[in-house]
Amino acid sequence: MELSGAEIVVQCLKDEGVEHVFGYPGGAVLHIYDAIFQQEDVKHILVRHEQAATHAADGYARSTGKPGVALVTSGPGATNAVTGIATAYMDSIPMVVLTGQVPTPFIGSDAFQEVDTIGITRPCVKHNFLIKDVRDIAETMKKAFYVATSGRPGPVVVDIPKDITDPNVKVTYDYPKKISMRSYNPVTKGHLGQIKKAVDLMLSAKKPVFYTGGGVVIGDASKQLTDLVKELNYPITNTLMGLGSYPGSDKQFIGMLGMHGTYEANMAMHETDVLIAIGARFDDRVTGHVAHFCPNATIIHVDIDPSSISKNVRVDVPIVGPVKMVLRDMLRVVKEHKNKPNPDDLKVWWEQIEKWRSMDCLHYDSKSPKIKPQFAVETLHKVTKGDAFVTSDVGQHQMFAAQFYTFDKTRRWINSGGLGTMGFGLPAAMGVQMAHPNAEVACITGEASIQMCIQELATCKQHNLPIKIILLNNGYMGMVRQWQEFFYDGRYSNSYVDALPDFVKLAESYGHVGMKVEKPEDLEGAMKEAFAMKDRLVFMDVVIDPEENVYPMIQAGKGHHEMYLPSKSELV
Amino acid sequence: MRHIISILMENESGALSRVAGLFSALGYNIESLTVAPTEDPSLSRMTLVTRGDEAIIEQITKQLNKLIEIVKLLDLTEGPHIEREMMLIKLKAERTMREEIKRLVDIFRGKIIDVTETSYIVELTGHTKKLDAFINAVESDQVVEVVRTGPSGIARGAKGLTL
Repeated sequence: MELSGAEIVVQCLKDEGVEHVFGYPGGAVLHIYDAIFQQEDVKHILVRHEQAATHAADGYARSTGKPGVALVTSGPGATNAVTGIATAYMDSIPMVVLTGQVPTPFIGSDAFQEVDTIGITRPCVKHNFLIKDVRDIAETMKKAFYVATSGRPGPVVVDIPKDITDPNVKVTYDYPKKISMRSYNPVTKGHLGQIKKAVDLMLSAKKPVFYTGGGVVIGDASKQLTDLVKELNYPITNTLMGLGSYPGSDKQFIGMLGMHGTYEANMAMHETDVLIAIGARFDDRVTGHVAHFCPNATIIHVDIDPSSISKNVRVDVPIVGPVKMVLRDMLRVVKEHKNKPNPDDLKVWWEQIEKWRSMDCLHYDSKSPKIKPQFAVETLHKVTKGDAFVTSDVGQHQMFAAQFYTFDKTRRWINSGGLGTMGFGLPAAMGVQMAHPNAEVACITGEASIQMCIQELATCKQHNLPIKIILLNNGYMGMVRQWQEFFYDGRYSNSYVDALPDFVKLAESYGHVGMKVEKPEDLEGAMKEAFAMKDRLVFMDVVIDPEENVYPMIQAGKGHHEMYLPSKSELV
Repeated sequence: MRHIISILMENESGALSRVAGLFSALGYNIESLTVAPTEDPSLSRMTLVTRGDEAIIEQITKQLNKLIEIVKLLDLTEGPHIEREMMLIKLKAERTMREEIKRLVDIFRGKIIDVTETSYIVELTGHTKKLDAFINAVESDQVVEVVRTGPSGIARGAKGLTL
């Protein structure tokens, strides 16, 4: 088949099984856009800002496990996409970002809309490629998808100069069925000897805890994890990124851990003697001060990325491998093992955990005449029967969503954990809705975050994306305000979002439905009404208590046993 | 501790900047770095000298291994190895000093490869410490210019760092 470079790019996407591309046209990608125009298999979703293209591709990938694809032009198109690329990189999301580039003879000449995309994106991609010959497009595209989706996934940028896509230069097209790279061979299995060693330790534990993260979601190992945890009857805590990979409503689940984790999860971490870390990376929001982290524990760590192991915290039994395979092997070894967990020790451990759990650390004033954000999230859970895809932005509302929307299924909780990108929620929801047209998709956001990508309301209109935006409006950058209250004697420097728009009118001007809710008793009815509008985007401006704080809270640099609880009395 | 990391990588534009970028991103220092193609023109061999405790070196080697273009690497300092560095050093060589410098060059088994009425250029190859010793042996006000390649290294024995 003889095709032009532009046609090859599009044909590669088809052959890779890509159905949706999120993008924004511009000079350097006009040939590619012309090729997109002349076919129907690959659907293009026109966003209103390139950052949203990458977030939407990211949300698509997080909710499906398939790689998300974004297409942007050179220069500002590429730089606008960088925030989304970095967001995906921090959370190991498979994504392929095609960026236009100025024609090869102009590279390095400060041409119009030229930027060194390869240089700029290098620190925030898994890999990137600059294509210099039309005959290299197919193989490079194959490599890009292979690298993005295998091993520890991540975003891959393919930079394509305009002359490479010239419609008048046709070459033979042949998409490689398989690709192997001598310099890149991700592991496919964990070391059995190490797995046996880990199981010996697990079965001899008196106070074991599973601490599992986004790797279980990304590695599609939710079932294997659940099977193993159930078999052992051990407590399990999830990181922010791991929520949903183990059923949140199960009694063995002791909540999220870390800075805004539950009392029982953090205390269990502090007291545990054998910590079983799976697909988690010992992030600083999880560990607190590493010197106080799990002081009594022998640590087992399963991760596909060897560089994650012993990076922040020294690990005793490392296992490098895909979590799915390792967990499956672990379960088999556990079942065949001559020892079983000691029921008496486990009973004492569970009693201790229940004692911690009875502290009711997520308590809030449910009788308040103001709408509490926690209540709003609980109501959303009720109205959606806990089965919605929930995206969020970053801040207090994100933590409330994580704490109060009990996720029972994997890939339902879509948020920017690593980079903490405000503006992520709405475009990510677009990607999720595109992938799951009939599912309920809610974007829990704040009035500060939503304004960072508010222009995407137009994209939602154009592509009929019936997202439900739940704006927890407290008139503050809530998390900033909370820190200023706690650590800066209430000097609220620039955390008050003045001159807010009328969000109802704003939504309406984009052609959507706007609602404002101010009383707790009106919320459930309004939400039901909103979700009943199956084919409309509904923007719910929920006016919440402006001074509510997120509890529990571990101050940065403290240990797991030092938490602020709702009464704001420090515990030691 | 000082470590010499030997790296076999794809001979592609951009590979070097990935390695350099990694060190700056991690906040570690590169003491020296040499790189050139091998007998297989698709592969480059890099020798990189860095310093750090065990945990830092572990992170460096893991992160380097993670770079897609790196095929193989070896921390030479883990086993017996040979390292060699070349230095070109330009020295002031006035009448009264010429003989003494020449004797010194002979002791270090170096070569004088350029001569003017007032200067020598000396070529010297050896372990980094030997080059340091030579610099210390000449009067500091005699040194006009020093150019060093940084060490290249290879593991001893029959086994090679190859594909």
